[in-house]
Amino acid sequence: MAQEPLAADAKPWRSSEETPFIKLRNITKVFGDFTAVDDVSLDIYKSELFCLLGGSGSGKSTLLRMLAGFELPTSGTIEIDGQDMAGVPAYARPTNMMFQSYALFPHMTVEKNVAYGLLRDGVSKTEVKNQVGDMLALVQMSELAKRKPHQLSGGQKQRVALARSLIKRPKVLLLDEPLGALDKKLREETQFELVNIQESLGITFIVVTHDQEEAMTLACRIGVMDQGRIVQIGEPEEVYEYPNSRFVADFIGSVNMFEGRVIEDDDDFVRIQSEDAGCEIYVSHGVSCSPNQTLWFAIRPEKLEITKKKPKGSTNIISGIVEDIAYLGNLSTYRVRLDSGKIMRLTRTNRARSDEDKITWEDKVYITWDDKAGVVLTS
Amino acid sequence: MNWFAKLGLNGRWLVIAIPSLWLLIFFLAPFLVVLKIAFSEAAIARPPYTPLITWEEGRLLLTLNFGNFQYLWEDSLYLLSYLSSIKIAFFSTVFALLIGYPMAYYIARSDEKIRNILLMLVILPFWTSFLLRVYAWIGFLKGNGLINNFLIWLGIIDTPIIMMQTDFAVYVGIVYTYLPFMILPLYANLVKLDEALLEASADLGAKPMTTFFTVTLPLSMPGIIAGSMLVFIPAIGEYVIPALLGGPDTLMIGKVLWSEFFSNRDWPVASAVAMAMLILLVVPVMLLRKAEVRT
Repeated sequence: MAQEPLAADAKPWRSSEETPFIKLRNITKVFGDFTAVDDVSLDIYKSELFCLLGGSGSGKSTLLRMLAGFELPTSGTIEIDGQDMAGVPAYARPTNMMFQSYALFPHMTVEKNVAYGLLRDGVSKTEVKNQVGDMLALVQMSELAKRKPHQLSGGQKQRVALARSLIKRPKVLLLDEPLGALDKKLREETQFELVNIQESLGITFIVVTHDQEEAMTLACRIGVMDQGRIVQIGEPEEVYEYPNSRFVADFIGSVNMFEGRVIEDDDDFVRIQSEDAGCEIYVSHGVSCSPNQTLWFAIRPEKLEITKKKPKGSTNIISGIVEDIAYLGNLSTYRVRLDSGKIMRLTRTNRARSDEDKITWEDKVYITWDDKAGVVLTS
Repeated sequence: MNWFAKLGLNGRWLVIAIPSLWLLIFFLAPFLVVLKIAFSEAAIARPPYTPLITWEEGRLLLTLNFGNFQYLWEDSLYLLSYLSSIKIAFFSTVFALLIGYPMAYYIARSDEKIRNILLMLVILPFWTSFLLRVYAWIGFLKGNGLINNFLIWLGIIDTPIIMMQTDFAVYVGIVYTYLPFMILPLYANLVKLDEALLEASADLGAKPMTTFFTVTLPLSMPGIIAGSMLVFIPAIGEYVIPALLGGPDTLMIGKVLWSEFFSNRDWPVASAVAMAMLILLVVPVMLLRKAEVRT
């Protein structure tokens, strides 16, 4: 896994000398006989935008609620900016949360909602007024300051919720599915706005989401959760291109997965025989495995080539029949039934406006890929 | 199409007609009768009042006697008992709120499984007669009743405390009787309270007490108003409780009304008292309606 060196100061998690801002150590949370969070240890750095990504019931929200102080861990410690959070009630924590339902106070105007946190700290009236004004301007809600929450649209409520959680300049902002209730267009706009606000204020953001696209656009790093555990932590590119397990490969993006058996294991390459794929797979880098071991080969749909002519060579070539084509404008998705019966998914950018010799339904096609394009997974 | 539809009647009309008819016969008609009596004069006759409309020497005469209402104003007894009724009803409502709110809050916040059991316990007293329950309180409150005996046994007091036939006993009776009417609307309101709002409040730095006064209490206002009205309105006109538990100097308009009707046999004045009470009650009912519209 060779990666280009990046400036260490921009990626504090790559340096072992950096002190993490938030330290979770062996956090476990048990509800009755259900383990919601299972022995999670995690470091998050200052001014980072960290995404906890997982399906429902993966424990991501519970983890967030433990950071906010709404739930207490069954065991383990949480440390924020060097301070142990054990015994610190929610109202005294240096965190603020943006709720999934927004949880705006229905009996207060937008202005009062935003001012709520400052008033609890005993900030003077004029100071509160100024700060609320500034914050409403930042989220572009100044005109609607006198409205009540029920008079706002979903997007507007979301802005108010964000303003309310930011006004105290918390050390950590926790966001629970922040864009979940918005439609696609508004979502995309808000995503970039959120990143801009995060960068300009320098607050550490922890975002919980089940939407991998949202996680990819927002996050500096993603922690993928499954059944209460963090299964992989990494930058979006890392998690996408180098998933460490079948779960992660499958959860993030779409992937074609083939079960196979190692037939040759060398320092520089591996050969895998796969019944699933119906061909021999050649991987041009070393993999820690042993001969005859069963493992999985995963390859993303956009990394595949599709042709009607049989290419040269004998490895990394699969033939099949085109079963379905979905034209999406910028790209087309092909579903190809392999000779083994398995369906393979691949996408191709529509570079030309029309293709004389284009692939169509029921065509016999050959699928090939670069010998570095796939990932070998052992778990 | 049958004759029913030809007349322009449909099911919808029928559904509305039945309760309307009911109200007309059993509420509006008696009300008009009482109103009529309130404007007549007492007479030794059967019924014991003069008719409003008479036929004399070829003239139809309508005699409206405002003397009963004037009398209500002139004799301080009536004004005092109105004020006393309002006072007793008001403080009973306040006590019921202070006792009922924590109970409603606790039920609303408790586990769903035991919530229904707790609600059942609140409603359970209704399953026995109201009169019996008020009599039971006599057993508690009287000089050699349970409470006094217990306190004497503990050695806290030597002589029994006089509780029966005092305003205190009336308060106990009213608060006890009407507490469920306070708890139920409050519970219905509090159970809807979004837990996330309380978390949001705590998250923004509010201690539990502050959260209660800035979020929970304002949001439960409709429940407080509804519960208070349901206690206040029947408490004002209460007769049985002050008659059984109160003393001779417990002034309540329900008691006055009773003695006017049955002891004095002055139906016109009694009717005037009833009319004045009705007007007195319409104001809080309208307040209640307004509160309901707002929610």
